[in-house]
Formats: sequence, structure tokens, C-alpha cells
Amino acid sequence: MSIRLHNIGKHFGRGRHQTLALEPVNLDIHSGELVGLLGPSGSGKTTLLRIIAGLESADHSQEPSRILFGERDVTHIHVRDRRIGFVFQHYALFRHMTVFDNVAFGLTVMTRKQRPSSGEIRSRVLRLLEMVQLEQLANRYPAQLSGGQQQRVSLARALAVEPEVLLLDEPFGALDAKVRQELRRWLRHLHDELNFTSVFVTHDQEEALELSDRVVVMSNGRIEQIDAPETLYRAPKNRFVFEFLGDVNHLEGHVSQGILTCGDARLNVDLPDGHEELLLRPHEVRLATSPTAECHLPVTITAISPVGAEVRVELEADWLAKPWLATVRHTDFEQLGLTRGQRLYAHPRQFHRFQQPDTIKADAPVA
Amino acid sequence: MRRIGDAPGVRRVLIGAAVVLSALFLLLPLVAIFAQAFAQGVDVFWSNVSDRYTLHAIGLTLGIALLTIPICLVFGVALAWLVTRFSFPGRRLLQTLIDIPFAVSPVVAGLIYLLLYGRNGWLGNWLDGYDIQLMFAWPGILMVTVFVTCPFVARELIPLMQAQGSREEEAAVTLGAPGWTTFWRVTLPNIRWALLYGVILTNARAVGEFGAVSVVAGAIRGKTNTLPLHLEQLYQDYNTVGAFASAALLALIALLTLAAKAALEWRQARREALA
Amino acid sequence: MSLARFGALSFKTEKRVLPGFGLSMGISVLFISLVLLLPMTGLFGQLAGLSLAEYWAIISEGRVVASYMVTIGAAAVAALVNAVFGLLLAWVLVRYEFPGKRLLDALMDLPFALPTAVAGITLATLYASNGWMGRWLEPLGFPVAYTWVGIALAMAFTSIPFVVRTVQPVLEDMPAEVDEAAITLGARDGVAFRRVILPHLWPALVTGTGLAFVRSLGEFGAIIFIAGNTPYETEITALMIFVKLQEYDYAGASAIASVVLFVSLALLLAINIWQGRFIRRLHGGKG
Repeated sequence: MSIRLHNIGKHFGRGRHQTLALEPVNLDIHSGELVGLLGPSGSGKTTLLRIIAGLESADHSQEPSRILFGERDVTHIHVRDRRIGFVFQHYALFRHMTVFDNVAFGLTVMTRKQRPSSGEIRSRVLRLLEMVQLEQLANRYPAQLSGGQQQRVSLARALAVEPEVLLLDEPFGALDAKVRQELRRWLRHLHDELNFTSVFVTHDQEEALELSDRVVVMSNGRIEQIDAPETLYRAPKNRFVFEFLGDVNHLEGHVSQGILTCGDARLNVDLPDGHEELLLRPHEVRLATSPTAECHLPVTITAISPVGAEVRVELEADWLAKPWLATVRHTDFEQLGLTRGQRLYAHPRQFHRFQQPDTIKADAPVA
Repeated sequence: MRRIGDAPGVRRVLIGAAVVLSALFLLLPLVAIFAQAFAQGVDVFWSNVSDRYTLHAIGLTLGIALLTIPICLVFGVALAWLVTRFSFPGRRLLQTLIDIPFAVSPVVAGLIYLLLYGRNGWLGNWLDGYDIQLMFAWPGILMVTVFVTCPFVARELIPLMQAQGSREEEAAVTLGAPGWTTFWRVTLPNIRWALLYGVILTNARAVGEFGAVSVVAGAIRGKTNTLPLHLEQLYQDYNTVGAFASAALLALIALLTLAAKAALEWRQARREALA
Repeated sequence: MSLARFGALSFKTEKRVLPGFGLSMGISVLFISLVLLLPMTGLFGQLAGLSLAEYWAIISEGRVVASYMVTIGAAAVAALVNAVFGLLLAWVLVRYEFPGKRLLDALMDLPFALPTAVAGITLATLYASNGWMGRWLEPLGFPVAYTWVGIALAMAFTSIPFVVRTVQPVLEDMPAEVDEAAITLGARDGVAFRRVILPHLWPALVTGTGLAFVRSLGEFGAIIFIAGNTPYETEITALMIFVKLQEYDYAGASAIASVVLFVSLALLLAINIWQGRFIRRLHGGKG
């Protein structure tokens, strides 16, 4: 089932205390897609998700706002009749019910006409519990389960009514790293198997990039970019997306005749004269023992963290306002014999620059 | 935000029912007290209040409350300090025992004191030998008042001090502060509002206690009549306006108690909003 | 090695970091002994003077048994009415915003703050046949004053805060997501309330109602004015004790008081145990 949003905006509060949560946005989510809403807190991602669910209603504006599930217009349909599954960050299990009763809840509250027979409910619940590997714990109470188990119950409960749209609000946010990893795999697996349309909210870029077919990056109540994870990472549309998706090193200086200078640092660049800020990812920094004619960026190693697939090296220099981060392969690390306090030269493999439309550059001609 | 019962119709019906029922059941009696007290005008009210026996009852009632409060305060703070700062066998038992006065009928409370300290009681008998009479005199009233009010301060302090933990006091002690300094400078500032609220509740109950006091007081007009006992006598003598004049004074204390509670809660809510 | 042994030795005489253990323990134990426990000995001393047959004769006398019935019946009605009314009030105070809400909230504590004798004479005056309420109710064939309805009313008045103030914080702490989970799963309001909210509030509601019931059993000042105190019909047990005392029948008063005391303490204990069991299930603990 596809989801189409048209002109969905939201303010909270009234009168002078009104705050903008979401600028009017349009969004198309295809049937069977798994889409992540990614952004820092206060970016409007949860608001957007809750509006899709019907837990919040969009602002009334001159241009009507519309929410379509497939061909069905659900704009004015109450949550309980939208037939969605919703998974909450803190699970929101009914603590006085057993795991079984929690999962069966959505089925047992149906009107008598729609409600399956009790045998049917039983078999359906057991099948779901088997799917989330909790059939052994059917008679436990939520308080007796771990966080990861509770979230799996919550997922099974949401899926019991066979929704065509599954919405998840920071579903793994309250769990520790290892469980989170495992549940991500789960969700991807269930999604592919049961073929519903899913939208989930996260502030963890790694999670969004790993799990989603497409990611919607949001900030300050705006959609910044909608793209597949690879595109998003390789070709960020603006500086916010670039900075939000990973660690960033800044190089700020003045360009004159193709040479950017900043203190005793020099770099040949093919850019017009003026003030420039260049950005580069840690893996785009190469370390060498000597400078070249085109590039003279002297740095000192201040910290080394050899944990993980690559060695993370922190670099400082007089010409740097904030330290740089470089990632080096373990083999290169050993070859270079890096130690703390060592003086080296950084060589950018490539760099990025973004024109910020809302800031006027000091040396840009004023119109 | 969608919540259960937020449909406008449901809302209106439930709020309406709650307001109307509360008005009839709780507010109307309050209004009636003052209406009755002033039924024959302000002058009659004043002459009732300034009656010799009424003034004596007011004095006795306030005196009892003034004596009760420090006793309950010392006990409440000591018990709260004990059960929240130390762990020892019998801790839970102490906390359960402190609830007894809440469950015991005031008449039964008065009775057990009468049985012990009255002429027939073993302790009362012994004291009688020294010509000490506690029952049917103000010390008896004070004793049963302390019995019914002693849980209030402790019950306010224990949850708060439990939640706060003893880290701050431990820090003070490691910095070399002596015990009393730690208490005055670290503990007391943290619990003073709960302490105040406990005192207000203690006062309200001490001033208004009827069942227990009526058993041990003997209700001698101008001698052992507290304000609640006094208004009962007036009421039984069909002096309704006089009875309600005293009732209005007690109702005023009740209203002040409610106002103080509301103010303390408002202060608390504001502080939490700022934090 | 020696250090380990030293540690093991010092465990028993572990030094408490904070001062005042002895002092606070002394005050607390002395106070509880003198104020709460010592007076109980007077009651038992008095009871010891009675033979079992005498004791039984006093507590099973017709008029006294009638007073048990009146007290328990009226207290049960008052508690049940308060369960519904208190739940409504707690719900409205937590879930809705409306003008005058803070005033209504403050009003909830009135019965605790108002002396019981004041409540007693006020209710008696209001519901007497010429009172503001009685004037309307009596012609409708619904007399309140001097009937057991009046007793139940006075009990309900003095004990309503127990229900409101136990349910209110639980309802406040109930996360919005519980509502939302029920709604997104398709539950209508009525069903969601019955199946999700009510079970959530159940422990608090039962505790509050139980406390209201215990309080009503012992209430005296608020009731005697409106009750009429007709033997066998509108006499409460607390009044029976009082009557025996005025007749200087200390043994009789003690016997009846022991029944009241036993029932109240047993109920208090039962509420505590029940609550503890329920809380264990909801907040973890395996089994």
C-alpha cells in the first residue's frame, strides 16, 4: 500500500506560544517500501510519523492537506480505523496482560462481525509469537521480559491485525547496541517476508542507512533530502545532510590565485578567489610523512583509537579551529608507525563544498 | 494527540458530571457552614465567637495544636531519618506500625488511652497515687491528639527522603561536617517544604479531632472543651447558629490548609517546570 | 590475607557513615512504644478480666450486631459509591483541562481538612427535612437524615479523598503511549477503557476503596449527627462503644472496641499484602 502525503504541516500550541513542528511537506512512499525518517531531535520526524498514523492531525491551511493510503483518502479517518500498525519507542505494552493477550488485543477488540473465532485468534497469535521467537514466553508478563523481547512483542502485537502500513517511532532507541543490531535485521526480514509498507523514525544515521530503501532526512521541520542510502551518502544535497550523515573535517581559508592558505597551511585548489570552507570525511584524509608542492598541511597526532575496522586518528594544528579526524587502515597504520605526538602531513583525497543560500559570504560581491 | 475519552461529547459529559456532583457533595456543605454561621447577621456571629466559653475552647484547641506540632515534628523527623538513612532489621515493621493511627477508629483510640490512664487502668491507678490526673484534663486531650496525628509528618517525609537518597549527607560528612551541621545545612533545606506540609496536616487534624478527644475530655465547659466538642454541645442544645459560628472558625482553618497545600504544590510544579 | 580477615571482622560492627542512628532510633522506638503500643496494653488488660463467654455475650448482643450490620453495610455502599465517583473525579482532573480545574482539585482535600464534627453538623443540617437538600429529597420519598443513607453519605464524604488521591497519581504516570497503543490497535473508547485503563488503575482503585472502607468503619464525628442513632436501625459500632463508656461499662466498650480494632488492622494488613502482590507482578519479579 503506497502512502502519499500532500501539504502536511503542523504547529503546536496556540497564539503567541505557537511553535512550528513541521513545514508543509509532500512525500510519496511506494508500496512495499521501507522508509526511514532521519533527523536530529526537533526535526519534525516523529510529528510526521504521528500524522501519518493519525495520532496527530495536520494544520488546517488554505491549500487542503491530504493523506492517501493507496487510493483511500484517510485524511479525516480516525486512527483506529486507518488499519495501521504502530510500534512505540518504549514498547507501550499493556503491563497487566500476558504476552499472548497483548498480541491478541487488536483481534479481540474488533467488532463481533469482524472478529475471528477464538481458535483462529489463538493460532494467529501463536504463529506471530513463533515468528518473533517468543512462543515460549506467551504466558509471561511484560515486566518479566528484557527490552528487546518487549519490543518484539510490541512488533507482533502491531502485526496481528495485518496492517498494510507499519509505522515505528524510534523502535530501537531504548535498546543497547547489540540488541539493536539484531532487531534491525529482524525488522528487515519481517518486512521483506510480509510485504507491508514501513516507515520508521530514527536519529541514528547508521540505522537509517543500513535499514531503509530510502531515507528522508529532516531538520527544523523541513525535508532536506529524500534518496536511497548510497546516493544520500555520496551526493548529499546540502551541507546539513553531509554533516548529519557522518564525521566531518573543516578547512577554512582564503583562496588567492588557486592557492588556499590558512596560517602555515597551503593547498592548491581550482577555485575562484575569496573565502572558502572545504569539508572532508575522515576517510578522505591521507596521512604522509612529507608535504608535496600542491599540499602543505602540517598536523600533529593527539590521539589514536585502534578499535574497529580502521584506526581513528585525531589531528591538531595551529591552523585548525577544531581537530581533524582521519581513519587509516590497520596495515597503513603499521607501515607508517604512527605514534601520539608525531608530526605528519595531511593530504585530502577529495573535498566537498556547499553554497549556503541563506548566508552571504563576506567577500562575495554584494548585489 | 489522540487519547481515550477525548471526544468532545464524552469530555463535556464527564466534566459536567464531576463538577455538578462535587458542587453538591463537597462545595455545598462548605457554603452551608458559613451561611448558617451568618444566618442572623455578623453581630450575632461575633457575639457567638466572643462568648466566654467559645474563647476558652479556641484557646484550648490552639494550645493543644501548638503542643502537638513540635512533638510530632521531632518524632516524624527522627523516624524518617532512621528508616531512610539506615538499614536494620525491623525497619519495615516500624514503617507499618506508624500507619496504625490511620486505621484505628478515633473512638477506639480515645478508649485505649482512657483504659490505660483512667482511674481503672494500671498506669492511671498508679499515677492517681501521686494525685496525677491525666484523663478528663488537657494532658489527656494532648495525648490522644498526638496519637491520631503522629503519622502525618513522617508520612510526608519518608517518600521524599527515600527519593533524595543520602548522597548529599554523605558528601557533607566526608567534608568533615559534624552531625548536627549536616542536618541543619544539608538535610533540612531539602525537606523543609514537605516538613511544612506535614505540619499543616498535623495542625488541621489536631485542631479538628473529635472522636478520640470526646472520649477522654469529659467535655467540661470552660475547662476541657475543645472547639469541636464545644460546637457539638451547642448543636445538641439547639443553638445552631452558635454551633456553626464555631464550625465556621474550624472551616476557615480547613480552607487555609487547602490554600497552603495548593500553594506548596504550585511552587513544586513551577520548580519542576524550571528544572 | 590479614586485610581480608580484617574486612570480614569489621563487617559486623560496620561503622555507619551518617550520624544519628542511636538518637533517631531511640526517639522512634520510645515514641512508638509509649504512644502506640503501651496504650494497647490497657485494652488487653481490660479484656483479660472478661471470660470468653462474657466476651462473646457482649459482642454478639442483638443491638451490637445490628450496629455491625449498619456500619458495614453503609461503609460498603459508601466505598462503592466513592469508587465510581472517585474514579470519575480522578479521571476528569488528570485527563481534561477546563476552567476551575485547580479549584476542583483543591476541593478534593476538603473532607480531610474539615474537622469531622463540622462535617457532621453541616451534613445533618443540609439533609434535615428543612435543610437545603432535605427540602427537595424528602418530598420525593427519599429521606436522608436519620436513615442509614445519611450514614453512608457522611461516610462517603469523609472518605472520598482516599480514592481520588490514590488513583490520581497512577493515572498521571500512565504514559500516553498506552492509550495510543490501544487506539492504533483499533479499540473503541469504551473497550479501551475497560480492557486497558481500568486494569491499569485497578490496584490503586482497590487500595483507595479499601482505605475508604476502613476509614468509614471507624468514622464517628461525621456520622452521629446525621444518623439519628435509633437502636437496631441507625446506630454505628463506634457509637456503641461511646454509649457503653457513658454507662461506665468499660469492659463492654473494650470488647466491642477489640472487634473494631481487629477488623481494621486485619483489613489494613490485607490491603498491604494484596497491593504488594499486585505490584510485584506488574514491576517484574519472576514467576
